[in-house]
Amino acid sequence: MRRRRRQEPTAGRDDGRSPGLAGVSIPTGRHRRAGDWAFWAICGLAFAVIAAPCLSVLISVFDRAAPGIDASLFTKSTTTTAGLQNAILGTLVLLLGVLVVAGTIGVAAGIWLAEFAPGRLGAVLRFGSEVLAGSPSIVVGYVGYIALVVGLHWGEGLLPAVLALSVLVLPYVVKNTEVALRQVPSALREATEALGLHRAKSVARILVPPATPGIVSGVIVALAISTGETAPLLFTAGFSNSNPSAHPLHHQVGYLTAVTFNDASIPGKDYAVQGAAAAAVTLIILIVLIFAGRMVSRRSRRATERMSL
Amino acid sequence: MALVFLAYELIRQAYPSILFNGTSFFTTKVFSPGSAYATGVEVHNGYKAVKGAHFGILTLMWGTLVSSLIALAIAVPVSVGGAILLVERLPRRLQGPLGVFLELLAGIPSVVFGLWGLATLGPVLARDVYKPVASLGIPWFDRAIAPTGQGLLTASLVLCVMIIPIIAATTRELIRSVPQTTREGAVALGLTRSESVRLVTVPFIRTGVLAAALLGWGRALGETIAVLLISGYNLNGYPQSIFAAFTTMAATIAGFLDGAIQDPTGMAVHALAEVGLVLLFVTVVTNFAGRLITRRLATPGLPIGRGV
Repeated sequence: MRRRRRQEPTAGRDDGRSPGLAGVSIPTGRHRRAGDWAFWAICGLAFAVIAAPCLSVLISVFDRAAPGIDASLFTKSTTTTAGLQNAILGTLVLLLGVLVVAGTIGVAAGIWLAEFAPGRLGAVLRFGSEVLAGSPSIVVGYVGYIALVVGLHWGEGLLPAVLALSVLVLPYVVKNTEVALRQVPSALREATEALGLHRAKSVARILVPPATPGIVSGVIVALAISTGETAPLLFTAGFSNSNPSAHPLHHQVGYLTAVTFNDASIPGKDYAVQGAAAAAVTLIILIVLIFAGRMVSRRSRRATERMSL
Repeated sequence: MALVFLAYELIRQAYPSILFNGTSFFTTKVFSPGSAYATGVEVHNGYKAVKGAHFGILTLMWGTLVSSLIALAIAVPVSVGGAILLVERLPRRLQGPLGVFLELLAGIPSVVFGLWGLATLGPVLARDVYKPVASLGIPWFDRAIAPTGQGLLTASLVLCVMIIPIIAATTRELIRSVPQTTREGAVALGLTRSESVRLVTVPFIRTGVLAAALLGWGRALGETIAVLLISGYNLNGYPQSIFAAFTTMAATIAGFLDGAIQDPTGMAVHALAEVGLVLLFVTVVTNFAGRLITRRLATPGLPIGRGV
């Protein structure tokens, strides 16, 4: 503790409080330092309350999964509690599907919104897409179930699952693509017009390349969300103990989060370990994606800086 | 586009249920597809359901609202406090890694949170906190503790941990957007660091935090898998105490569908569609409000001079 007294800011009031600014009264003198200390103590406590559960989540998952993590996870199927092969492959196939569907549609929609959409319609669509981003994933899954699985008689399988996931993550791809394109300096856009370049050609050849890192990081966010989702897949993907096949319909797909979810309600230590191992593999895929995303976004920031120089 | 399709399909599927149940959907407490062994059907407004079936979502709405509000009440102050410490006090070197940490936390799948609540948090709370508190006999804090800790309070706490990253990340950006000159002005007036935060930063970010809280609330309202695992899934009325089993609208859609497709009249599936419609409506409204506030904030105005 420092002994040096701070100078009294207001004199002549001995109730220890000044009227303060903006209606907040500030304690004076020694109370001030105590208040300062108390404030940061509360903030520190809040920070600890945030950090502790996160660490606890990560530690508990990996701790529980530790006895089950070995090569058999990748070589055996979920018919035994030692294997996850079909679930890992299923998750990767679903990610690939999302990459194809949400990637193409989302990037195209984003480019259209940034470069071609008439102002008013664009604003409405943008707002709709942002609201869609907040709609609950179970609702998306349920509509996928009643409209595709039952309504179109598709049965549970790869295609309805990929479509449900894609609807869920589309807004993120669209938003990132649009923002990335808007960050391309308008001087570049004006230059292409001045040179008489066709609008579509100018977008494809000149404007999209510098925006690519931003677009890619949007797609990575979409993949990260897809990796961890369970609710939209429960009734659209089903579950299967065999590896994913090439049939998009009527062939159920196993995936990692379903293993965690199902095992949580089955008693027995083996299932607990398998569920935690599936969660651990999910987390590892996520961490890889997050770091890839950070690397790409750092590159995109550098690209924007170079352009604006 | 897709949003319109979602709403259209839900309304189409929910239509029989809307006619069959009428307003009792929102005012009664029993949600049951009727007995699987019952013979005969009930007809109402031209639509059929299994005899004894009754669809009222009052308890589901109650569970959704209460659990998300408890989560929000804890998450908002904690996120704001943590974000203030992160930006205003911690050294800049730490901010990068802690930012990654926040991002990772936001990315943890809800099923992992569910597993954590079920296997780690729940049992510890039930043994070390709920039991001693329950022995005090305070109304609402006294009954029905599961050894796994499954129930309203545990689910709310896990929801809270899940929405903290959303609110904290937004708050962090808001605090960073506080103009440096205002901060310097506060220092020049001889305010200590905490006073400058309370008088300059907090008024500046207040509306933004409200918007972030609305977005976080939307997430908590729609959370499914974690709640399904931790809620105890109780369809039969209100929880007996804050520790007791309950359920939410989202968890019910996921938990009930397996049973609902057994319903030969299909009314249970339609009723779930109506639950989904209500849920979609509520989350769209909260999101809409949140985005509207954020939109308004896009033209930043200094809150200086307010109330002085």
